[in-house]
Amino acid sequence: MHTFQMLRAQSPDEAVRLAAAAPDSSLRFLAGGTTLVDLMKLDVEQPQQVVDINRLPLNQIEQSADGGLKIGALVRNSDLAHHPLVLQRYPLLSQALLSGASAQLRNMASTGGNLLQRTRCVYFRDTAAACNKRRPGSGCAAMEGFHRNLAILGTSEQCIASNPSDMNVALTALEAGIHIQGANGARVIPISDFYVLPGTSPQRETVLAPDELVTHVALAAPVANAASTYLKLRDRASYEFALASAAVLVGVDSGRISHVRIALGGVGTKPWRSPEAEAALQGVAPTVDNFARAAAASVRNARPLRDNAFKVDLIQRCLVQALKLAVSSPARSA
Amino acid sequence: MKENQQEGLPGAPAPASAAVDNTSSAADANSAMAQLTRRSFLMWVGSSGAATALPLSAAAPVAVSAAPVAINDPGMATVRLSVNDVVREAQVDVRTTLLDYLRENLQLTGTKKGCDHGQCGACTVHVNGRRVNACLSFVAMHEGDAVTTIEGLGTPEHLHPMQAAFVAHDGLQCGYCTAGQIMSATALLKEPGNHGDADIKEAMSGNICRCGAYSNIVAAIRQVRDAS
Repeated sequence: MHTFQMLRAQSPDEAVRLAAAAPDSSLRFLAGGTTLVDLMKLDVEQPQQVVDINRLPLNQIEQSADGGLKIGALVRNSDLAHHPLVLQRYPLLSQALLSGASAQLRNMASTGGNLLQRTRCVYFRDTAAACNKRRPGSGCAAMEGFHRNLAILGTSEQCIASNPSDMNVALTALEAGIHIQGANGARVIPISDFYVLPGTSPQRETVLAPDELVTHVALAAPVANAASTYLKLRDRASYEFALASAAVLVGVDSGRISHVRIALGGVGTKPWRSPEAEAALQGVAPTVDNFARAAAASVRNARPLRDNAFKVDLIQRCLVQALKLAVSSPARSA
Repeated sequence: MKENQQEGLPGAPAPASAAVDNTSSAADANSAMAQLTRRSFLMWVGSSGAATALPLSAAAPVAVSAAPVAINDPGMATVRLSVNDVVREAQVDVRTTLLDYLRENLQLTGTKKGCDHGQCGACTVHVNGRRVNACLSFVAMHEGDAVTTIEGLGTPEHLHPMQAAFVAHDGLQCGYCTAGQIMSATALLKEPGNHGDADIKEAMSGNICRCGAYSNIVAAIRQVRDAS
């Protein structure tokens, strides 16, 4: 591992000041370490300065005035998953968190860090391989290599790396707001605008500037009478990344779907909101046929490769099953 | 590397029955020569790095660690934490993981390095009562934290109930993953959520056992669960 300077920030202001003063991309904020330390050991990340933000006062979960929830960026995944308000009002988020990683990793990983979790593409993690995300312009070894775990939606000629997070899929269905503080002030970005597609610059994954720090994640008050499910399909029953996952929120009123939010995991270059599937379900009866039509709509723009084409079918089955489970489970009231 | 707690002599084998004793005196070390075990010999070889020619009696005084590094070196950090209820203050290379600090600096070798990437669970320890992968954090992040390792859980004379249950149920074969399994298991029974048989399997999925002792590991955890 390359050496670095470790700094301890005492406040979010200090953290972003340090970041603003650092040359581009030479500084990293360090929270749980489950992604950053791992990638530093592999030389994929080689920061010159690391700012330990673990002592910042961003570890609270608070109810907001509008009935929503404000989650500090340093709240650990396990604490978020087991929080009474999350279990009661956003069980989708709890399910997604508990389906990811191991108990040890969930005790370490933070909300902000999970938002910025890097891909598990083996070529991104191997400094000897070509990877446009890690070394722009070097090519993409995954196109013709090992890619059965990689994306079929949102890909480009440059990159097919999938976003590995479960939490981010649930937060996308829940339309979370990402609160950010930078050297020039604070802003809130809807999660649907937070991640960017790889296009011709796959090294850029979010709209965050180098001097910006995620401080909170905000959830709106839960929708009344909507049921939800997070369904994750993977190669083994536990402790594995998703091949396909679906986060669904469905409200049914007088036999018609009145509210629906759908996000897909394991198949997209970012947590994948599917407006096509939502449009296909809005106002129709919650039948398996309609679920299948929505699932087909969700993969209309899929671009499968040699070894991940199975995901086109798998994600449709996953979404149909998630919708069946959601509408047959008791709706959560606000 | 400096410690405010007196280290065991770096070149000498620790007493076999108390490999964690950091306050062992020269007399302890001498008496340990008489009861040299495979484990203490390997620890001595590993920490002295000069096992080929030196007679045992001469090893201790010459086997010193690297020269002290200037405090203002940007690649160094100072950290104060508690390990098994002993307060430690150390100047460390910033790259030192919590795992390497425990094993290499404190010679607490009960915690094992498996994958070193958070995938196998062999390095599981408790930080402030919660189980974590010691390989995935820098020790410099643990200012003020309380760390418990397998050495702090029980002793050969007074086993923790989970250690005794692993012995009773043969919850191991080669033993390499065992410290991590036991640290994970003791934490899990204090965690929120259900602790049914299926829940135990799910909650232990971050600890891999290549020998495949899983059914005996689960049996050991069930015994402790049912006894409490």
